[in-house]
Formats: sequence, C-alpha cells, structure tokens
Amino acid sequence: MADTKKLAIIASQGSLDWAYPPFILASTAAAMDMEAVIFFTFYGLPLLKKEIEAKVSPHSNPAMPMKMPFGSKEFQSINWPIPNIISGNVPGFDNMATMLMKETFKKKGVATIEQLRGMCQEFGVRFIACQMTMEVFGFEKEEFIDGVEYGGAATFLEYAADANISLFI
Amino acid sequence: MSEIVSQMELNCEGLNCPLPILKTKKAIDSLNSGEILKMTATDPGSVSDMASWAKRTGHELVSHTEVSNIHTFLIRKK
Repeated sequence: MADTKKLAIIASQGSLDWAYPPFILASTAAAMDMEAVIFFTFYGLPLLKKEIEAKVSPHSNPAMPMKMPFGSKEFQSINWPIPNIISGNVPGFDNMATMLMKETFKKKGVATIEQLRGMCQEFGVRFIACQMTMEVFGFEKEEFIDGVEYGGAATFLEYAADANISLFI
Repeated sequence: MSEIVSQMELNCEGLNCPLPILKTKKAIDSLNSGEILKMTATDPGSVSDMASWAKRTGHELVSHTEVSNIHTFLIRKK
C-alpha cells in the first residue's frame, strides 16, 4: 500500500521502565497497519536477548514514585520517600523495586515486556540489532531471539529516511 | 432500530494500554469483511484509543457505550 505510514524507533535504553515505550509504540503502530522498525543499540540491545533481565533503578530515577502494589487503597497511594543513601547502597534494592514494579504492572493489566515483544514479532515489526554494539559489548547472535536483523547506522537511516515518525528512546 | 449482532466477542476488561488495541487487532484479523466485533474494556484510555485506531485502520467504530465503567465497542471490519 502506497500510503502505509512508517515508524522508526531507536531503542537505546535497557532498564525495565525504558524497555516499555519502544515495544508499546511499535506493536500499536503495527496494530494500526503501520510499518515499524526498532533499531536496538547500546543499552537497548539486551532487550533482544532470549531472557530479558531488565530491571529498574530508583536511585537513578529521582521522579519515580515508590508505591506498594498491595494493601488498602490508602496504603497503595503512599509515595514512600526513599533517601538515595538507601536506594543507592542497600544490596538488592533494585531487585526489590523491579519486583514491585512488575507486580504493579501485572495488577493493572499491563503486558509484560516479553508479551509485547512477542506481539511485535507476530505483527511483523522488524527488529534490527546494532552490529557495532554487539562487537563492543561482546554479544553473540545465539543469545538473541530468532528473527532479528543485523546492521548499522546506514541500515537504520535507509529505512528512517522514508519514515513518518522517528523516535529516539 | 434492531440490535446489531456481533460475530465475535472480545473481553479486554482489566487490561491496560496497549493490550485492548493489540487484542482487537488480532480479533479483527480473524473476521471477514463486514462482520462485527464486540469488545469490552475497563481502561478509560481505550475510548480515545479505539477511536484513533479505527480512524487509522479504516474499520468502522459502529458504537461505544459505557455502563458502570465498562466500555463496549462495536467494530465493523472494513
């Protein structure tokens, strides 16, 4: 179709919170009959691994609300003031925050990253892995899911030159 | 006016953005042209999202009704 809209996304971040926007937007674009490409580079590259290990770090996200996914409505609405000295130094704090975020998302009916990534592939979204980042960080193709393309800046730009929407995330 | 009969029902209650849209897309793909999908959702954002989705894809949003925070959409496949 000549007037098919195109979405081009660069996914450069690999933490749990930043992993959502590329997959949400690309899957929705495909559901809206658009073409979509996600170019995974730098810290976004691990999002292509078979097992996604994305975590969230409250220490580096000062605006992130710290709320509990259980208890009464009043309890859940409390935004816990966690000093940086705790969020940055207590072992396992990021694991706990990640667990809380995943639990909250589940309770609110938000899809998991794996689910959204699967739907992207089902809907024909193209995933391109940055070859240079693979070399630099020492990733092997075997670590990634099937159906990934490999390329560099020119590969992305060739597609993005005709894209209606281009996002750097 | 006679009631519109749907050929398929899809329950997206309790699901949040973008799942109602993604599931609607999958459901509509399995229908034939002219058939009606009935989708229910509790995500308030789905009201605006369904309208945008329909506008973009060309499927017809026949109606939207809301009863006690449950939104019902009837969509006719193009």
